[in-house]
Amino acid sequence: MGVLAYAVAGWLVIVGALGMLRSRNLVQATVALSVAQSGTYVFLLAIGYQWSATAPVFSSGSPPTNQVVDPVVQAMALTDIVVSAMVTALLLALTIQIEKTHRTLDPDELQRLKG
Amino acid sequence: MNRRARLSVFGLGAAGLAVLFALALAGMPDFGTSDHPYRDLAVPAAVAHDTANVVSSVNFDQRALDTLGEEVILLSAVVGATALLRPTPHETQRPPAPGGRVLDGTILMAYLLLPLTTLIGLDVVVHGHLTPGGGFQGGVVLATALHLLYLAGRYESLARLRPLDWYVWVEGSSAASFAGIGLVGLGLGSGFLANVAPHGSFQNLLSAGTVPILNVVTGGAVAGGAVVLLAQFLNQALGTTPQAAQKSAG
Amino acid sequence: MSAALIVVALTLVAIGGATVVFTTDPARQAVTLSVFGLLLTLLFFVLQAPDVALSQLVVGAALVPLMVMLTVRKINQRSR
Repeated sequence: MGVLAYAVAGWLVIVGALGMLRSRNLVQATVALSVAQSGTYVFLLAIGYQWSATAPVFSSGSPPTNQVVDPVVQAMALTDIVVSAMVTALLLALTIQIEKTHRTLDPDELQRLKG
Repeated sequence: MNRRARLSVFGLGAAGLAVLFALALAGMPDFGTSDHPYRDLAVPAAVAHDTANVVSSVNFDQRALDTLGEEVILLSAVVGATALLRPTPHETQRPPAPGGRVLDGTILMAYLLLPLTTLIGLDVVVHGHLTPGGGFQGGVVLATALHLLYLAGRYESLARLRPLDWYVWVEGSSAASFAGIGLVGLGLGSGFLANVAPHGSFQNLLSAGTVPILNVVTGGAVAGGAVVLLAQFLNQALGTTPQAAQKSAG
Repeated sequence: MSAALIVVALTLVAIGGATVVFTTDPARQAVTLSVFGLLLTLLFFVLQAPDVALSQLVVGAALVPLMVMLTVRKINQRSR
């Protein structure tokens, strides 16, 4: 069962890369990149998990204890999510510009438009 | 190379990656292990600074420099998208489109949910050091609350009720305040972005020093940034007329 | 109990990822991406990460699909 979490993370990265490869449209490629990046979030959180541990937030009902899941990888995943969204936004803006100048969004077509 | 060749090369690469990944996993601790050295260091440090939400403590107190870098990334992405999505000289401002109807139920829901979502966003931002949440999450919730106006009416009403200069100003000044608070820490003899405000007592609203202040500042920056970013996309998709379909010079 | 929940959430995420990638129409991909974001939120919640789950929900289920839909609309507008 432990292998399943890491396997799903690897599967998401590979499926995202396959999507970028098979795409007929730059928007499809951008969405596939987004899927590949979510594989890294799953990987980070899988590293930090501990059986029967709670979330790293303390309240009057749960006093401070060391038996919580790892908060450092959660902070990393948070930064990861924000940066991925910004990259996706910039890629989509670039896609709009490419469509304005080249009138096509097929990656195979775009390869031939040189010079 | 054609698609078939590309897919076969990908197949080889993916197989190699899977093998290497499996080999690497064999040397890692098991899933769900109780051996987490970073956690054993981060949690006592957060409790020592009276922060109930350890992830917020890591983000805004122990590794605040990374969050400043993230703010700069957000700012640069918004600037980049604004520069890329400027309307070309051929694209003119679109006159309000006639027709279109919004269901009364949708209008009612949007008007009910707008103040509610704004309050929830403010709550998530302000209580970031006590409950799960914080500046980023609350900031985006505030930005989506504003765009409920678009759901309830037309794009033109949203554009009239959303003076973009205000949001640009809020975003820029909030990002600058983040660095400014860091410099205060430097000026008081500690490090850059050190937690120099009074710590208060655990689980009170006024606790954890600079963490709630940085949360509010980040919330403002993210909300302003998200509104400006979405405004560029909305303007391109809904606010400008399409270029005529002919081979233009551009 | 929690092990079963984690297994179910992981399987749903794996299926969701494949669904997003193998959707052909970009406009439909925006909707599938939104649902995938929701499944990821559930997974992060089950893995005891509420901060990350909140972040993924607002960004991956609201912000990014909206931008994808606006991009698709802009592109289809011009090629009509």
